[in-house]
Amino acid sequence: MLEQISSLIFQTDFVFSIFRITAPILFAALAAVVAEKAGVTNIGLEGIMLISGLFGTLFSYWTQSWMIGVLGAIVVGTLLALMMGFFALKLNTDIILAGIAINTMSAGGTIFLLYLFTGERGNTASLTSSNILIPTVKLPIIDSIPIIGEIISGHAVLTYIAFILVFVIWVLLYKTAIGLKIRAVGENAHAAESVGVSVIKIQYIALAISGILCGMGGAFMSMYYSQSWNTGLIAGRGFIALAAQAMGRGEPVGAMFSSLLFGLAQALRTKVSGMQGVSSNLISAMPYLVTIIGLVLYAASTMKKVKRRKADEANEEKK
Amino acid sequence: MSNNEYVVQMKGITKVYPNGVAANQGVDFNVKKGEIHALMGENGAGKSTLMKMLFGLEQPTEGEIIINGEKVSLSSPMVAISKGIGMVHQHFMLVPSLTVAENMVLGMEPKKGMFIDYKKAVEITEEYAKKYNLHVDANAKIIDIPVGMKQKVEILKALVRGAKILILDEPTAVLTTQETAELFKELINLKEQGYTIIFISHKLKEIKQITDRLTIMRGGKSMGVYETADISEQGISRLMVGRDVILTVEKEKAQPTDVVLKVRDLEYTDSWNRKMLDKLSFSVRKGEILGIAGVEGNGQRELVEMLFNLNVPDAGTVTVNGQNILGVPQRKIREMGVSLIPEDRMVYGIASSGTIEENLMSDRFDKKKYNKGMLFDMNAMHEESDRLIDDYLVLCKSRKQEVGMLSGGNIQKVVVAREFSSDPILIIADQPTRGIDVGATEFIRKKLVELSREGAAVLLVSADLNEVMELSDSLVVFYNGKIAAYFEDTSMLNDEIMGEYMLGLKKQTEEEVRRVCHE
Repeated sequence: MLEQISSLIFQTDFVFSIFRITAPILFAALAAVVAEKAGVTNIGLEGIMLISGLFGTLFSYWTQSWMIGVLGAIVVGTLLALMMGFFALKLNTDIILAGIAINTMSAGGTIFLLYLFTGERGNTASLTSSNILIPTVKLPIIDSIPIIGEIISGHAVLTYIAFILVFVIWVLLYKTAIGLKIRAVGENAHAAESVGVSVIKIQYIALAISGILCGMGGAFMSMYYSQSWNTGLIAGRGFIALAAQAMGRGEPVGAMFSSLLFGLAQALRTKVSGMQGVSSNLISAMPYLVTIIGLVLYAASTMKKVKRRKADEANEEKK
Repeated sequence: MSNNEYVVQMKGITKVYPNGVAANQGVDFNVKKGEIHALMGENGAGKSTLMKMLFGLEQPTEGEIIINGEKVSLSSPMVAISKGIGMVHQHFMLVPSLTVAENMVLGMEPKKGMFIDYKKAVEITEEYAKKYNLHVDANAKIIDIPVGMKQKVEILKALVRGAKILILDEPTAVLTTQETAELFKELINLKEQGYTIIFISHKLKEIKQITDRLTIMRGGKSMGVYETADISEQGISRLMVGRDVILTVEKEKAQPTDVVLKVRDLEYTDSWNRKMLDKLSFSVRKGEILGIAGVEGNGQRELVEMLFNLNVPDAGTVTVNGQNILGVPQRKIREMGVSLIPEDRMVYGIASSGTIEENLMSDRFDKKKYNKGMLFDMNAMHEESDRLIDDYLVLCKSRKQEVGMLSGGNIQKVVVAREFSSDPILIIADQPTRGIDVGATEFIRKKLVELSREGAAVLLVSADLNEVMELSDSLVVFYNGKIAAYFEDTSMLNDEIMGEYMLGLKKQTEEEVRRVCHE
């Protein structure tokens, strides 16, 4: 059986699928990275992706343009993230609760909206046609290279964008003024405030960026990965992304590698579950198991750090 | 305006907080251009409130603020900064993982197109550092630089934003003697360049040394402005607390007997992979006060954490009267007769939303004495609480008052009352008088000596050099997680000698240090 698995793994289409599967997790993981850097934990990734995924499909259906669909998803994602910001930053609710609210709302709310707008129940399979899905591109030159071409070329536009965004987000965080402010606000909000940086404004901006990334992730799922929207579309990817952010130490590149790890686990699941003599139930739990193991390892290594930060915060309050 | 000699004029400032506390009542505060002006007062005297209003963090309820002859409304720190006011906070406003240069330019980043011009940021930092003779390493991360340098970064941050008036909130609280001397040189340099400095401090000697004039506050009111040269330390102290305070503690010679606390080869490496405790060994005997001096961050905090099971060492043993206390629950440690005055009293010392009584009873509510059947014996508790409040001179309305509402000194008295009244055989006192007023300080020091003379072993950790030298019978100096020196007799010591060991310029031999193990 191991032979069977290894022969599967060394196929180019398997490696190709890892990137495809990783992309949505990566979008969400980058969303988590940016928010967390600014000191706001965006636990609503899952819900934002589900809702923006729905609107991606709807917009593309209404306009018969995949591009407007993706843009619509991005706008909706941004608005939802800003709404979370409004609850947490303006009305002072706990950001975790605001995130949970978005997740819970998304589960029921999307079905309602779908029915309201289209009269469909549960999924959009009947609305989609191939012309409004996110197209794939064959990369010139690279496409003709054996093996590498098969792996790297022919992905959806957004898959490439996801990986390019790793670099973009890194540049944003480490080479621009807004990035410096985001990092400062997340690490010592008082310090940032004392030199006139508006903490709330920066956190809104970080959340908005987070929302944009979630919007892309949602669109990727509904307009490419599953080819249509349904309630189970995101299937925990938002939470896996939170784990990827944490395991990647909150850095864009780190988050990419941990997203790839989860992508690999999920790709394996897809492959192996088709094989005989393997419990498909056990295998389908694999990506989540990897998440848990990853989180435990991460938690063990950062426990001390957290404790120290808490003590520091307590000191701050005492002042 | 008529009075151009003053750069800052605060007239009839009254600040009443929404909860009805009047922190300032009709305070006048004037600062001349180019002077170093001390603002003095006990905790809760209202000096922080006054300075917060000058820096735009709070708005006065009544009164006006005039800067350079112009009446201003300082609605936020940004406005204050634009008026040329800069503040160096006691807790540094720096972002640890960013570099010095990045902290310098935060909020006013030099740009090259879309990106930060980091080179320019370094240039700016170095230019200012040179101009004001405040040497910093522009490329180092804040987390890696010593406290003295962090403070320089803070001063530079204010200067680069155009501050002409600098407010320094207890700037020497975290510095060594040498660093303080250096800071004073830099401040005088700034003064010569025409800057005005407002210097908040408790330390009488420093005030005498560096300031031109001083304003003393007590109970939210100004007690007057004085030329520093015209007023004695005793005079200042009298105005601050309203009576003469004896800051030296009378104590008989210690008669130490058996070893109580025995620490051997304690090792600990923290999460940033820094060796905080390096094969640390020492003993504290019955009837003596062993002081631990040293610049903060040389392992003192970690040691105390280990002793009270708030952290776990990598190796080593700790025993109290022969019994292991490492990894033992705090309750058990307390039952063995160990008391702790924690450094962070708000986190480990009290539950701030609880009442005084609840806090006093928190280590003994399960004792037979305070229980009647299944229920508490409230009368016994009230009686004991009132007794402790009386004995320890806790200023409060009643035992039912919320502890968090008390002043720092009185909160500490509550902690001390609980910790000292449990018949301890070992007292670990970590910064017992930090940030509290002179009256409470004196009281706590006296009690500490009293208990040691009655036979308790006392381990005193303090960043206040005068305090450790004054109180301790013998003393060790921590440097880099090790004991750099042991002095059996503290009477011959002075700041100079201590400073050399604290900064690692000097070190005793292993044999000399080993004496503290009393083996």
